[in-house]
Amino acid sequence: MSSLTVTDEHISAKPAKVIQPVWVRVMHWTNAFAMILMILSGWQIYNASPLFNFSFPREYTLGGWLGGGLLWHFAAMWLLMVNGLAYLIAGFATGRFAKKLLPITPTGVLHDVRAALTFKLSHDDLSVYNYVQRTLYAGIIVVGVLIVLSGLSMWKPVQLHWLVTLFGDYPTARYVHFFCMAAICAFLVIHVLLALLVPKSLRAMIIGR
Amino acid sequence: MAKRSFLIPGVDKRLLIKDSIKTMPDVTRRRFIAGGASLGALTLLTGCDVVDSSSADALLAKISKFNDAVQDFIFNPDALAPTFPESAITKPFPFNAYYDLDDAPEVDGEAWKLEVRGLVDNKKSWTLPELTKLPQFTQITRHICVEGWSAIGSWTGTPLRDFLKLVGADTRAKYVWFQCADKDGYNSPLDMRTALHPQTQMTFKYANEILPRAYGFPMKIRVPTKLGFKNPKYVVSMEVTNEYKGGYWEDQGYNSFSGS
Ligand code: HEM
Repeated sequence: MSSLTVTDEHISAKPAKVIQPVWVRVMHWTNAFAMILMILSGWQIYNASPLFNFSFPREYTLGGWLGGGLLWHFAAMWLLMVNGLAYLIAGFATGRFAKKLLPITPTGVLHDVRAALTFKLSHDDLSVYNYVQRTLYAGIIVVGVLIVLSGLSMWKPVQLHWLVTLFGDYPTARYVHFFCMAAICAFLVIHVLLALLVPKSLRAMIIGR
Repeated sequence: MAKRSFLIPGVDKRLLIKDSIKTMPDVTRRRFIAGGASLGALTLLTGCDVVDSSSADALLAKISKFNDAVQDFIFNPDALAPTFPESAITKPFPFNAYYDLDDAPEVDGEAWKLEVRGLVDNKKSWTLPELTKLPQFTQITRHICVEGWSAIGSWTGTPLRDFLKLVGADTRAKYVWFQCADKDGYNSPLDMRTALHPQTQMTFKYANEILPRAYGFPMKIRVPTKLGFKNPKYVVSMEVTNEYKGGYWEDQGYNSFSGS
């Protein structure tokens, strides 16, 4: 009898499968932390010589002054780059990107956006991303790569002049960097909102299931 | 030669200032890195003061040193900064310094001498006419400011490496350290490999005119492989040294290598 109970427990434990593997969770939260440091210190740097007719409020900047902002930015960039690179390699190598983010079809996206806006999008199976999630995640990964490349080309415009050429010239790389930041901020607002609307997805990103 | 009182020939001073106002440093922000207000955002996020600001400062300073090493490692002495046609020159070229344009040093070109010190064979001081007799070259490059803006300008002068050879400098030394004539005594160290870069220049002319006061009369060091603040103006002395002597902005937290 007792042996049966054990088997029962074993079986009932199984369906609570891991939705987010531990490497995804660790890298995701490391990335979120690094991104936020980069954004807040980036706003400090922006304020030293604004591209547009506005500045970011001081309270939302990191570093106290330009020099401090730069120190934070060029420190957090290592965390962002190393973690991001590891995530990209793992994402491709394990087949996670191919399995979870693809395919992305226009009809699928249209259908799911419509469903999402009418709150009819199902979240029964958290291990399968719907087309809204796939689009946002694949899109933000591309933006993440772009913001690092445009940032590197501004950091080393002579040593990496071929990278600058990819964007056109130095001032263009600056605009690309800015708009990538804006895209990440917009993503962050939507992303956090959606995570809070579906709390079990947030739980899965924290404890895995 | 009389004292040079003009700022930039052919450029309306008010326009120039208006153009540069947005690039002016905010005096209050100096010597203040991870102080309380700067961490307002982090405090806001976490609801508590998570980062002890002095240990954060120490960590950031360490990472900045690490970044110096990384930049030194990837610095390619043969990689040239892109050059541009005359049509690409930014007009007016912005003035930028920790002081206002009106407070820019007024150096008497006749009395001025460049002092040469440290690990050199010949420690003689150089007058302006002596220096301007040396072969000069013109290069049109992009000046990139630590603040993010950039502007293309035309600088004419003698490659620093030719001058270092001429005075018998020990080019195995680590730095060439420059001192300037402005009120607070601007100074800045330049690593030797960058000092020997073919585009690093002792500059005597801007846009084919004698270097105007705003841009550093009588001599500026133009380093197109460095951020703008590593391009000292109103230079009065250079010292070849193995000692890291710090710099005006470097001491306040700007990354010391600050290479492009
Ligand atoms: C700028 C910072 C952030 C970026 C770039 C980002 C990006 C991403 C990406 C690419 C994924 C998919 C990961 C994968 O499946 O491999 C993801 C998932 C997730 N993120 Fe973020 N994230 C950020 C910040 C946050 C924050 C602050 C939260 C907190 C609410 C959060 C909550 C989640 C959750 C719950 C998931 C899984 C959701 C799902 O099942 O669709 N993220 N994030």
